[in-house]
Amino acid sequence: MQILLNGKRFATDAKTLDELCEDLGFAGAKIATAVNGSFVAAADRKLTPLAEQAEVEIVAPRQGG
Amino acid sequence: MLTLYGQTFASRLLLGTAQYPSPECLKRAVQASGAEIVTVSLRRESARARTGQGFWALIEQLGIRVLPNTAGCHTAKEAIATAKMARELFGTPWIKLEVIANDDTLQPDLFGLVEAASELAKEGFEVLPYTTEDLSAAERLVAAGCRVLMPWAAPIGSARGLINKDGLKTLRAYFPDTPLVIDAGVGAPSHAAEAMEMGYDAVLLNTAVAKAGDPVKMAEAFARAIEAGRLAFEAGLIEPRDMASPSTPVAGTPFFKLDTAS
Repeated sequence: MQILLNGKRFATDAKTLDELCEDLGFAGAKIATAVNGSFVAAADRKLTPLAEQAEVEIVAPRQGG
Repeated sequence: MLTLYGQTFASRLLLGTAQYPSPECLKRAVQASGAEIVTVSLRRESARARTGQGFWALIEQLGIRVLPNTAGCHTAKEAIATAKMARELFGTPWIKLEVIANDDTLQPDLFGLVEAASELAKEGFEVLPYTTEDLSAAERLVAAGCRVLMPWAAPIGSARGLINKDGLKTLRAYFPDTPLVIDAGVGAPSHAAEAMEMGYDAVLLNTAVAKAGDPVKMAEAFARAIEAGRLAFEAGLIEPRDMASPSTPVAGTPFFKLDTAS
């Protein structure tokens, strides 16, 4: 399945957002997520299926002004 | 003491964490500034680089409050989603709400800002909106639930100081009970001192410290300027006047003759 991960095309077999995060090595990491422009809370990642062409954002803390 | 959403702070300087020459320099600058609040952002995390994890470890070492921003958002929808991610990521209801209208000036989109602030306040966020000195926008932001306003001094990173002093004075006068934080455009400690002398509650800045020749020394310079400006405001400044007024007593001046014609 092809998705858009952080703005780039990405091939994955993950069926849920939680699976995707685990596959990427983010288990336990300080991240937040959104799918198709809407925030998905950590507790809801297991309940969030990924569809073809889903737009996934995975973000982390960064310097800011 | 500075009070923002019920939290009190001794320091009236809020410092950004971006653009420093090194993480160590950032840490030392924050310590030198005495800031008790630092701004942070969230950005896409690479599974390989994991940049954010190291940054977060540094911020945790500082042990001070973070104010996440929605920098780079151009619509209310983007800002709302970013704010929700920030709330979970940083564990705070505080959000420095930015909705940007124009990439050249980085000026706030006041319509999108009010829309996003209204929605976020309903969802329990404590919104600190990056706005302009525009009174109607300020009124709508307060009506939307914002209990702090953060007008710009000048465009972000421009270092131009208070470019609309009259507008900022008016805003201060219209909102005597709302904490007002100057956010963006401050380039020199004198700019920050001037804002504080005008009765602003605090100053938020980043570039002026991070890009200074010696960021640690500049952080301290800003801390002192902000403290001096606040003291001056509390002391009560004299009014400027057009003509001279001697400070030394006139009475008893030697060689003074009341009537030189006789």
